[in-house]
Amino acid sequence: MLRKIVVTVFIIICFVLQCSVFDSLAFAGIIPNLMIILTSAFGFMRGEREGLIIGFFCGLLSDIFFGSFLGFYALVLMYIGYINGKFCKIFYPEDIKLPLALIIVSDLSYGIICYVLTFMLRTRFQFTYYFTHIILPEALYTIVVTLFLYPVALKVNKKLEAWEKRRAKKFV
Amino acid sequence: MSPVIKRKGEKFTLPSKYLLFILTVLCTVVMLVTFGTDVFDRPLNTVVGYVVVPFQQGIAKLGGWLSNRSEELVQIRILLDENMRLKEEIAALTEENTLLQQDKYELNKLRELFSLNEQYGEYNKVGARIIGRDSGNWYSVFIIDKGEEDGLAADMNVIAGGGLVGRITSVGPNWARVTSIISDNSKVSGMTLSTEDNMIISGDLKLMSSGCIPFGQLLDAQNKVKEGDKVVTSDISDKFLPNILIGYISSINMDANNLTKSGQIVPAVDFEHLGEVLVITDMKQAVEEN
Repeated sequence: MLRKIVVTVFIIICFVLQCSVFDSLAFAGIIPNLMIILTSAFGFMRGEREGLIIGFFCGLLSDIFFGSFLGFYALVLMYIGYINGKFCKIFYPEDIKLPLALIIVSDLSYGIICYVLTFMLRTRFQFTYYFTHIILPEALYTIVVTLFLYPVALKVNKKLEAWEKRRAKKFV
Repeated sequence: MSPVIKRKGEKFTLPSKYLLFILTVLCTVVMLVTFGTDVFDRPLNTVVGYVVVPFQQGIAKLGGWLSNRSEELVQIRILLDENMRLKEEIAALTEENTLLQQDKYELNKLRELFSLNEQYGEYNKVGARIIGRDSGNWYSVFIIDKGEEDGLAADMNVIAGGGLVGRITSVGPNWARVTSIISDNSKVSGMTLSTEDNMIISGDLKLMSSGCIPFGQLLDAQNKVKEGDKVVTSDISDKFLPNILIGYISSINMDANNLTKSGQIVPAVDFEHLGEVLVITDMKQAVEEN
């Protein structure tokens, strides 16, 4: 229960930061994607199930506020969370390389999926332009933000796991 | 044995594979449904309106306060100079105003003579503050802090500084989503003020950083439209009110078909530094009914 509340608050804070604070910290009009960081971080820290649920709700939030129809971002982020969850078995908290690699690949694929489904299908074919001006800068900025946000997510998760363990012991 | 079957004494959890499948189907159905209708809009918009929007308002207020303080420090000297200049301008304008007032008096008299009504009255407006921007980098959409409770509805026009910003595409109880005219998925029907030639102005992500909006399908048979011409919203749009300033033509080219022209417009609104906007609460349809 505590986990649910903490994660919900975490998602809302990140979403609000992303669409207000980071807007004024934008480099060349590009803002980082905190939702991807959260989704994939909880995906590889906690497994497929939590990854896909968190991805679903992160996406749904973007959908309600900014999407022209519901469910698109929810679907994309859900799959990203699920696939990141597959890497839960080879994840160690001490290792920073795997999280960084996973997050950058997630953000790149998110950008490419968004381009193909919402831009290419509207006959905007200049992929190289969109890749070098939108997708790649977003991924790089996201990685920079990950270096600050990921340790926070890791610490929150550790605290939650310790709390859950204590609670489980109390009941035994 | 199927993993879904519940064993005794074990807490029931749905395997993630099945959950993924169920949610995928749910998302697809919801996408298909909301593509045409907006049945889920009301409940969901209400929920996020009370959960997320207060946070956004708080942060926007804090951010606005901070940037105001820092700006104040920088700008005092500039403002003093500007004040001097503006005072001179006021003197000139007052003089001009008296002249115009005389003209208006004459105009009203002539109008009475011709028994013409005023064609475009003042629209009713509501001020609103921007509290959030698009969370992605693909479209130019923002959230304002007024909603249904303040009398706003979808498809109302939004202006700032005398120019068209966009229109409301979704409303919650205390927030509304505005899709701006520079957004890649937006199209506005406009016309040149001088010659009343129609054109289509469509947002483009590629030109967004250069501060221009492309236009096309301008039929200008007499070759009269030139750079610097004012472009306003046209009468034929069903969403946008007529005669709202969009911007000025910055470049114009003949299309390959030798019939229509296309080019770019510099918008009248500075979309990079937008803090407050005005929402016109008169709607195109309602205006026509009166």
